[in-house]
Amino acid sequence: MQFLHRFLRSKLALLGLIIVLVVLIAAVFGPAIAPHDPDAQDIMQRLLPPLSQGEEGRHWLGTDALGRDVLSRLIVGARVSMLVGVAAVVVSALVGVTCGLVAGYEDRVLGRVLMAITDVQLAIPFLVLALAVVAVLGPSMWNLILVLGLANWVQYARVVRAECLVLRNLDFVQAALTCGTTPFTILWRHLLPNVTSSITVISGLLVAKMILFESSLSFLGLGVPAAIPTWGSMIADGRNYVANAWWVAAMPGWALFLTVIGINLVGDRLRDLLDPRSTQLEN
Amino acid sequence: MLNFLLTRLVHAVAVVFGVSVAVFFLIRIGGDPSALFLPPEASLEEIARFRHLMGFDQPLIVQFRQFLGRALQGDFGQSLRYDQPAMQLVLERFPATLELSGAALLLSVVVAVPLGLLAAVQRGRLADRVGLFLSLIGQSFPTFWLAIMLILLFSETWGILPPSGRGGWLNLVMPAMALAAYSTAIITRLLRSSMIEVLQSDYIRTARAKGLAPLPIILVHALRNAAIPTLTVIALQVGALLGGAVITEEIFAYPGIGRLAIQAISNRDFTVIQAFVLFMAVVIVSINFLVDVAYALLDPRIRRR
Repeated sequence: MQFLHRFLRSKLALLGLIIVLVVLIAAVFGPAIAPHDPDAQDIMQRLLPPLSQGEEGRHWLGTDALGRDVLSRLIVGARVSMLVGVAAVVVSALVGVTCGLVAGYEDRVLGRVLMAITDVQLAIPFLVLALAVVAVLGPSMWNLILVLGLANWVQYARVVRAECLVLRNLDFVQAALTCGTTPFTILWRHLLPNVTSSITVISGLLVAKMILFESSLSFLGLGVPAAIPTWGSMIADGRNYVANAWWVAAMPGWALFLTVIGINLVGDRLRDLLDPRSTQLEN
Repeated sequence: MLNFLLTRLVHAVAVVFGVSVAVFFLIRIGGDPSALFLPPEASLEEIARFRHLMGFDQPLIVQFRQFLGRALQGDFGQSLRYDQPAMQLVLERFPATLELSGAALLLSVVVAVPLGLLAAVQRGRLADRVGLFLSLIGQSFPTFWLAIMLILLFSETWGILPPSGRGGWLNLVMPAMALAAYSTAIITRLLRSSMIEVLQSDYIRTARAKGLAPLPIILVHALRNAAIPTLTVIALQVGALLGGAVITEEIFAYPGIGRLAIQAISNRDFTVIQAFVLFMAVVIVSINFLVDVAYALLDPRIRRR
């Protein structure tokens, strides 16, 4: 409670939290709150500008080239963005934190090998890797989550390892070692709880990045299969009509932009509160 | 110094070797790669002939030795789509990408360094708030959407910039802007925070106390130390820029290696994809090596390690 209070002391963080909550509601309830059927085509009502009155009610954000309601597709598209963004971060964190803990605890052979793998990973630009893997495996939501997750674990691994290298030499860990505690218990009970704030900070900002990556890949046609509406693929569809129907590409663009800003605001605030280095700087 | 450079060089070679292992297994994670290379309607005899031709019927270790031996000579096989060696295609397109990412990097640094410095010096005041706000926007803007909106504005509405292709420097303006936005934001934020940290240190207080003018303190004393973490991030941004060029080139129909890669993916031209990934990795590893050298020049402590 006290943490929430401190968190909300920043107006910008409050704004970010509100944006994130709105998008989450859209993601969870999607089809139930969409004013129209997101897949219903009506060629007679194609490319209606925002606020137009359609046959079945108002199209607040207009319609696309197939006469589908843009607002409804935006609401349903939030689900893919949030699901992929969060799931990919969970995959990254699981892989990265495990590697980081192990490498920080045992930094002879195993730790070195793991860190060498992070170097190899960093030498391949993320988008390049993602494109290549999706090209081999074929586009699907699970492949996308896997690719995004496995391409972004390095940051966790490096930060967690660096912190564990310090923690390992502190008295409480040494005492646990002397008592004959098993390595697993040391990692799980003694090291992991002490790196949770770093994990939270990285995760907050990574969700925003993942959502941008997901939409970029969907935009290129390499993300989620075309049948599911996503913000990235909506922008790709609208791209051909920007000159005479700007809203088809602009509305999903704004949705994406605002969502990412919201998450970044929350992530920045979390970092300010949790990262000991930035708290020092603040005071 | 020599020792340091040698260690870094060995490390760089090891990383490239690691990437080539990754690339080798990349096309094999889905099972028999023949299925990837050939069109779905290929007959069984065709598949068998192709498998033998490419050596996919050999044991993995033999295949890997062959792959590595050829890769060392820059041979990644013929492009399956164009009648040209895969690496040659990549190399031909690279100057265009280099031009684009170079322009974007230059733009990022030229905008981010003054902005980050100003924000750090004016910490908490208007300039700082504006700097942080701009970098938040730059960090949150989807590159591809920014690119489309730039085209809408500069080409469709005002008609002052060409919407696509490569030619004069006018063709570079929009792609470089779209590509630079994210990196500019990251570099600004990092330079700001490392400057703030440095400006609080004792030696800066001493310099101030002995009455040095503020500008030399900021530019000579502080910036030199804040430059080290910033340089790391700029080097990391080069990778991000080269990767981001894939999207930017696709939107602006700019003939670089990113567009080549996208086309290779839709043509299922996997020899080109392999050559592309490995080439990118070599470029990035070389840049990291150069940055290590730059560190050693900037910071004598690293040299002696």
